[in-house]
Formats: sequence, C-alpha cells, structure tokens
Amino acid sequence: MSRVVNQITIVGASAGGLATAEALRRVGYGGAITLVGDEPQLPYDRPPLSKQLLAGQWTPGQLALRPEADIDALRLELRLGVPATGLDTALQVVKLADDTCVPYDALIVATGVRARCVPDADGVAGVHTLRTLPDALGLKERLRPGRHLVIVGAGFVGAEVAATARALGVEVTLLESGPVPLAPAVGEEAGRFLTGLHHEHGVHIHTGAAVTEIVRIGGGVAGVRLADGTVVPADDVLVAIGSVPNTEWLARSGLTVAGGLVCDAYCMAAPGVYGVGDVACWHNPLFGTAMRVEHRTNAAEQGLAVARNLLDPDHRRPFAPVPYFWSDQYDIKVQAYGHLRDHDEALVLDADLKGRQLLVAYRKNDRLVGVLAAGQTPKTLRAWRALIAVRTPWAAALTNTTAA
Amino acid sequence: MKVSVAAAKCVAAGQCVLLAPEVFDQRDEDGVVVLLDETPGPELHDAVRESAMVCPAAAIHLAES
Ligand SMILES: Cc1cc2nc3c(=O)[nH]c(=O)nc-3n(C[C@H](O)[C@H](O)[C@H](O)COP(=O)(O)OP(=O)(O)OC[C@H]3O[C@@H](n4cnc5c(N)ncnc54)[C@H](O)[C@@H]3O)c2cc1C
Ligand code: SF4
Repeated sequence: MSRVVNQITIVGASAGGLATAEALRRVGYGGAITLVGDEPQLPYDRPPLSKQLLAGQWTPGQLALRPEADIDALRLELRLGVPATGLDTALQVVKLADDTCVPYDALIVATGVRARCVPDADGVAGVHTLRTLPDALGLKERLRPGRHLVIVGAGFVGAEVAATARALGVEVTLLESGPVPLAPAVGEEAGRFLTGLHHEHGVHIHTGAAVTEIVRIGGGVAGVRLADGTVVPADDVLVAIGSVPNTEWLARSGLTVAGGLVCDAYCMAAPGVYGVGDVACWHNPLFGTAMRVEHRTNAAEQGLAVARNLLDPDHRRPFAPVPYFWSDQYDIKVQAYGHLRDHDEALVLDADLKGRQLLVAYRKNDRLVGVLAAGQTPKTLRAWRALIAVRTPWAAALTNTTAA
Repeated sequence: MKVSVAAAKCVAAGQCVLLAPEVFDQRDEDGVVVLLDETPGPELHDAVRESAMVCPAAAIHLAES
C-alpha cells in the first residue's frame, strides 16, 4: 500500500505543522513540502502567550519556534497568511483563500483549534480571547495596575492569565460555571488546590456563575451579567471557555469530523491524510480510547510519529504516548502525565498549599491512568510516568509509589 | 555534534531526559534541564535530534558538524 510521495502538503503552520515538516526531513524525505498557514508570522509558540509574553518578560521575537535559518534549511514552500478553504480528496488538492490550489500526494492536517467566544461579543472593545500573538499583545496592552479584568471560564488559560494579571497589579475576577475551577480538566481535588492558590493571591472567584450577557456602554465592555442578575463590572473581559477545532475547511472533503479530525491509531484520517496536534482526535491504544489533547508536547510528538508512519507505511506504528502538559501559575508549575479526563477516582497523595506541593493520582477502572503534581522532583514524576506507560494496576501503583 | 541548552527557556517537561538520559538530566529543585554531555557520541545523535525536535520550549540547540 505504499504510494509514491513527492509532494507533502501541511496545512497549519504552528507547533504541529512545523514539527511534522522537520521530522519528514529528519527521517530522510527529500521531496517537496508545502506549509500552508493562515497566520502571517513564521511559526511561533503559544504557551508563553499567557505567561512570559503577557507578563512583559519576553518579546514576540522570543516566541519563534525556530530561528529563520533553521526554517530555511527545511526547504519548505511557505504559504503563510492564507487560509485553506477547502479540500478535494479525490483530486488531492487543497484550495486556498486566494483561489490557488496546492496539490498533494500526502496531506497533514494541523490546523489546531481557535478560542471559543460568546455570541454577542463580536467587535466589542475590551472583550478578548487568547489564542494568537495579536490576541496576547492586545490583552497585554490593557493590563494596567488597578484596572479590572473579568475572566469568563476558569480552565488553564483563564487561570494562567489570572496569575499573570495579578502580578501586573490588575484586579481579577474569575467566573466559573461549574462548582470548582479547573475541575473538568483535572478533577475537583486538584481544582480546589489551585483555587486556593488564586484566593491567596487575591483573585475574586465566583463559581456556579452563568454569564448571560456582556454588558456594554457604547462600543465598549462595561461588565458581564450573571444569571442571577448581578453585573460584575469590568474594564476588560477575557473569554476563556475552551476551544473549537479548525475543521470548517474539511467540510466537504469526505473526512470524518466529530469534535476534531477523526484519525485511527496511526493518526491516519484517510489514505494519505494524517492529523497532527490539537485538531486531531486519534485512537490512543495505550488508554484504549479516542482522545484529542491540546498539549504542546503532543503536537511535536505526533508530528514525528506521523512523519515516520507516512514515509514507512510497512513499518508503521500506533501513536501511543503518555500525554503530558504543564501550566505555570504564580510560583507553581503544575505538571501532569496521562489521561486525566473521565477518571473514576482522583486520589490526593500530597497537598500542601504552603509548601507548594501537590500530588494526585488518577484511576480509571482498575488502572492508574494519570498523575498531576506540583513541587515534586523530576525523578518522582518520571517514576509515575513510567507506571502509567506500562498500564500499572491501581493497587500496585499505590504500593509501589507510597513506598518510594 | 555540539549540543547547547537555553535553561531560561526550559519548561522542565523532561522529554529530553526520557529520550536521551545519557545527555540530559534535570535539576532536582525545579526540573530545569542540565546538559551532561556537550559532544555526545554518534550513537546518541538520533536521540539528541529527537529531543531537540520534541522539546516544547525549543530550548535545545544543535550545531551539526
Ligand atoms: C495561551 C495558551 C497557553 C498554552 N499553554 C500551554 C501549556 O502551558 N502547556 C501545554 O502543554 N500546552 C499549552 N497550550 C497549548 C499549545 O499551545 C497547543 O497544544 C499547541 O499550540 C498545538 O499546536 P498545533 O500546531 O496543533 O495547533 P495550533 O497551535 O492551534 O496551530 C494551528 C495553526 O493552523 C492555523 N490554521 C487554522 N485554520 C487554518 C486554515 N484553514 N488554513 C491554514 N491555516 C490554518 C492556525 O492559525 C494556527 O497557526 C497553550 C495554548 C494557549 C493558546
Ligand atoms: S525537553 Fe526541553 S523543556 Fe523539557 S526539560 Fe528538556 S530542555 Fe527543558
């Protein structure tokens, strides 16, 4: 089933797309690579947007994923600043917004996700989302001491911005529709620990808060109205209520899109078409489930796996990583390994807010599936990761590690 | 091959240590990368290149000779 591949087209020019291009060259592919991206900049890194960039510690130049010379060395045909608008899998061409077409022998879909917004917020000055460099620069401009930022949605992006904004002297109110901030991602136990951290730093937290309206005066934001009628006043509002996969351009392609581009365990969506990064929902055999993870390391690792599977289909291997992410909030780095969502139990092994220490293990059925930690040594974390990677039963994992 | 690391950019993800423990380690206190071997032998080059590629902070630089 090998196909002759001389033209590989990658759509999405960020962490996942660039990693794939780099991996293709590293694995020895000498043919043409076209990298299409709707953002005009050379590929840059997103995690610092809510951290060092927003805090004013880094300049936009420091976000570059690779120096320009390294990108030149990849011999890419770069089509930046122009979105893909359609895909014809029969003719094997990608259609671009400037009415040109890019053919392919193999296609990589790496279009990521965008921030979800609230319906009535379009064009209201002072209402922000955070996904791109211009988003971050626009928000940064407004974060001044004494101003009031209301953050709708206490996920990781919302929580990180809360921490960065507090350090800049901004008044911050965090609104969460659920009972505990961050709980959907990491469970209530870890969520409560992190909530404590935000309380400690003077963030006003409203849980069970359903936002019904962005209140405006003239063309600008004045606050947000909650279901109980209260209005929380704001100079700025950050809407951080999750993301939407960028799959509209695949609409009439025949590919299966269901909460992301659906791929198999080899990250293949159809013959010759692969998904990489935040946009890809693939079957991870290590956990026996389909997953789509919005984690920086996954984009790079999946790019590498796809490059190998694409170029050597006879020796292709399922992509079965232990997902990993980190988050920086105040002086704490939270790190997590595994598949934390949909766990049956989260067991707190260590939680000391003053000592900045946290260790939570996650169980699904009778298996250890994840760990989340702060203030633990790298060795401890790697030991947990190793247990997750070999599908350690829950009981064995606990005796193993409490003894260590 | 000459390896260098930008400790200031490192986010302590530890992907490099998983891939090339002979070349990279992490500080106990904050997990920041420690370079053990600036000029690793040829048998380690693939693992080091892979580390540089998947490092989520683009903190590992290679000068190939
Ligand atoms: C503020 C912020 C903080 C984060 N912090 C962390 C963190 O601490 N730890 C962590 O693990 N992860 C973090 N992440 C997540 C991490 O940045 C993502 O997992 C990573 O960027 C995924 O890379 P990707 O290439 O798959 O997708 P993206 O980075 O979303 O890139 C997709 C690219 O495709 C482009 N595109 C979309 N549609 C089209 C189209 N039709 N045609 C052409 N191009 C298109 C997009 O504009 C974009 O440039 C953070 C993300 C954000 C926004
Ligand atoms: S992979 Fe990169 S970010 Fe992670 S520890 Fe190594 S150098 Fe630091």
